[in-house]
Amino acid sequence: MSDGIGTKFDKVCSILDKYEHNPHKLIAILQDMQEEYKYLPEDIMTFVSTALGISPSTVYGVATFYSHFTLQPKGKHVIKLCDGTACHVRKSQDILNAIKKYLGLSKKSNTTPDMLFTLETVACLGACGLAPVVVIDDQVHGLMTPESTIALIEEIKKEEVVCGGN
Amino acid sequence: MVTNRTLKERKELFKSNLSKYKARIMVCAGTGCVANGSLKVYEELVNKIKEKGLSVAVAVELEKEEKDDYVMAQSGCQGFCQMGPLVTVYPQGILYIKVKPEDAEEIIEKTVINGEIIHRLLYVTPDLNETIEKADHIPFYSGQHRLGIKHCGHIDALDMEEYIANDGYAMAERAFTKMTGDQICKLVTDSGLRGRGGGGFPTGRKWELTRIQEEPTKYIVCNGDEGDPGAFMDRCLLEACPHSVIEGMLVAAKAISATEGYIYVRTEYPLAVKRLKIAVEDAKKSGFLGKDVFGTGIDFDIHIMEGAGAFVCGEETALIASIEGKRGMPNPKPPFPAQSGLFGKPTVINNVETFANVPVVMQMGAEAYSSIGTATSNGTKTFALTGHVANTGLIEVPFGTTLRQIIGDIGGGVLNDDGTLCGLDFKAVQIGGPSGGCLTKKHLDLPLDYENLKSVGAMVGSGGLVVINEQTCMVEVARFFMQFTQSESCGKCVVCREGTKQMLNLLTDIVEGRAKAETLSLLEELAQVVKVGSLCGLGKTAPNPVLSTLKYFRDEYNAHVFEGRCPANQCEAFKKYRIEEEKCKSCGVCAKKCPVGAIEGAKGVPYVIDRDKCIKCGVCIESCKFDAVLVG
Repeated sequence: MSDGIGTKFDKVCSILDKYEHNPHKLIAILQDMQEEYKYLPEDIMTFVSTALGISPSTVYGVATFYSHFTLQPKGKHVIKLCDGTACHVRKSQDILNAIKKYLGLSKKSNTTPDMLFTLETVACLGACGLAPVVVIDDQVHGLMTPESTIALIEEIKKEEVVCGGN
Repeated sequence: MVTNRTLKERKELFKSNLSKYKARIMVCAGTGCVANGSLKVYEELVNKIKEKGLSVAVAVELEKEEKDDYVMAQSGCQGFCQMGPLVTVYPQGILYIKVKPEDAEEIIEKTVINGEIIHRLLYVTPDLNETIEKADHIPFYSGQHRLGIKHCGHIDALDMEEYIANDGYAMAERAFTKMTGDQICKLVTDSGLRGRGGGGFPTGRKWELTRIQEEPTKYIVCNGDEGDPGAFMDRCLLEACPHSVIEGMLVAAKAISATEGYIYVRTEYPLAVKRLKIAVEDAKKSGFLGKDVFGTGIDFDIHIMEGAGAFVCGEETALIASIEGKRGMPNPKPPFPAQSGLFGKPTVINNVETFANVPVVMQMGAEAYSSIGTATSNGTKTFALTGHVANTGLIEVPFGTTLRQIIGDIGGGVLNDDGTLCGLDFKAVQIGGPSGGCLTKKHLDLPLDYENLKSVGAMVGSGGLVVINEQTCMVEVARFFMQFTQSESCGKCVVCREGTKQMLNLLTDIVEGRAKAETLSLLEELAQVVKVGSLCGLGKTAPNPVLSTLKYFRDEYNAHVFEGRCPANQCEAFKKYRIEEEKCKSCGVCAKKCPVGAIEGAKGVPYVIDRDKCIKCGVCIESCKFDAVLVG
């Protein structure tokens, strides 16, 4: 907490100002908050509700309704596996199992304990022509196999070790 | 200033300037091609031109007297993502596929400068060893009839002047300066244009219902929350030709006298959002949006809203709630959005593809447009052709086209799991996503339109067409869709929230070998309840994939339930592991690795798996160096 609470809420206030404290813009406000903090901390949501003059349960309701919002911090690298119809019939499930096994993820947690990776499945990324598709840190990779996916993750892991060593 | 000129002058200016370049290289920069590395190809092409001491422009220059030698362009999605990155060299129109940065030098040297063709980069037909030079001659494209997506991939996605040069905004100008709302609604009604988002409601009638409302504030909403897994026509349109969607919305705004519009786009489409924002800004600078549109004194502005990942928001009343900043839950109809929509005001809400077709309808005229398609479904429809088919991608065909034409001619045939072609030997075609149903080989010659599809238990939906080969388990497919709708159910209606969950449990029981005879009858009964008892389209149509597979693939369900086997040999629970005696070297590695001690044997004696103990984890397969462990 070296930044202090003050600076933390400065950012929140500037986002709220951008949307003119309009409760109709709640989703856009939360999107910007998540962009800033990588997730939606509880105190931020409470602050937003007070600032907009709506109940905390309304904000919480919206935050939990949409799958884009997360109340838990995510890992440094986010792996999104597409499980749309085209990817599914082209065996995206095998890739999912391979990643889970490789990263040692359990049913309960989709983030590795070292907070390096978070695995998510998404319904459809609209790149069906390249099924199966994996997105790692917003970079789309098409026509994937379990092997090529693991190779990509290994690559990132190696880079992390190098960076960490320095 | 270009923006001060008339549309006609801008069209002439662009065309005459474009013709001054020696060649134009268009690189596809849609999501698919970018994933394949098209931006690197683009950079390398620019570098190579410069290395040769030649000059190159990134966009067609309008206000510069001295023209560069060559001009580049980044198009939007051309719909043939699987073959990406795609590079087209004009004026000849030669299409190169799967281009790598290393190919840049050769393309510049041979094709761009000397006009020679590089044969190894041309498209090769999947069955014949024939190479094709031009995109229009490739069966994937020549079998199509592109109207709504005609500009996609052929123009620079970010250059509004090129859209104008292709008669863009001329129809919006006509609507604003020469037509009344009444005339526009009549024209659209007469053309027979129906909603492309799935419902198929006549667009003109929807507009007319909103037009007659006596309320000073009205809204236009564009539904770009394309959530159907396996559909990406809206993404393609928004990435490749966002101006056509804006123009369609402008026409609608004039028709019903709306002053504000919203475009709701999925957050999963970042590139579409980015391009749309640029397009809206450009349109504002030219006075097509904002205050005093086309100098008529009428205002119309467009806001862009990013979705936050909820499939149910594709339902119009849920989408409206989401724009208002609420949980995206549907509301009962009536009142219809035409009467009381966004912020309680009359609202026209149409799909991206519907709006993109509006300028086309106006250009062609009602009569010419309605002559395309079938008696009840006029015009064309874009489908996302994916799954086990040789050519995957986006296709636009007239209503009434058959699966034989789509899969055989355009798609190039069905693919087996091992990648070999097998003609038209597919098991099913899933159409309409989680709300749709399956078509089988007996529907090969069924003319696809709204009514015909409904009569066989499927629907046009947003237009996802997933080809499924013989090696796929249909019960698993049904379970996949049920899992999707179950997790996307908003929870408002009990029968949808709980019913989809129970249906998913029953399907999982079948797939995992726990089902009894009554499971199937219970599943059918529950499907009917969910269908009747849900408020919105999501719940009403959620049982469709199950009912449709039960209808056409009953024997597969029966095999799972009564015979304890999966005909496609796909479901883990029914797989049986065994060790082939001839291949087993009795090394004992598998026995050591087996977590439940199900494998026994000794030196010199082949090892054996005890099926009662086996948990089918697959460790033995991975550990065997001699491929002696078989599943089947």
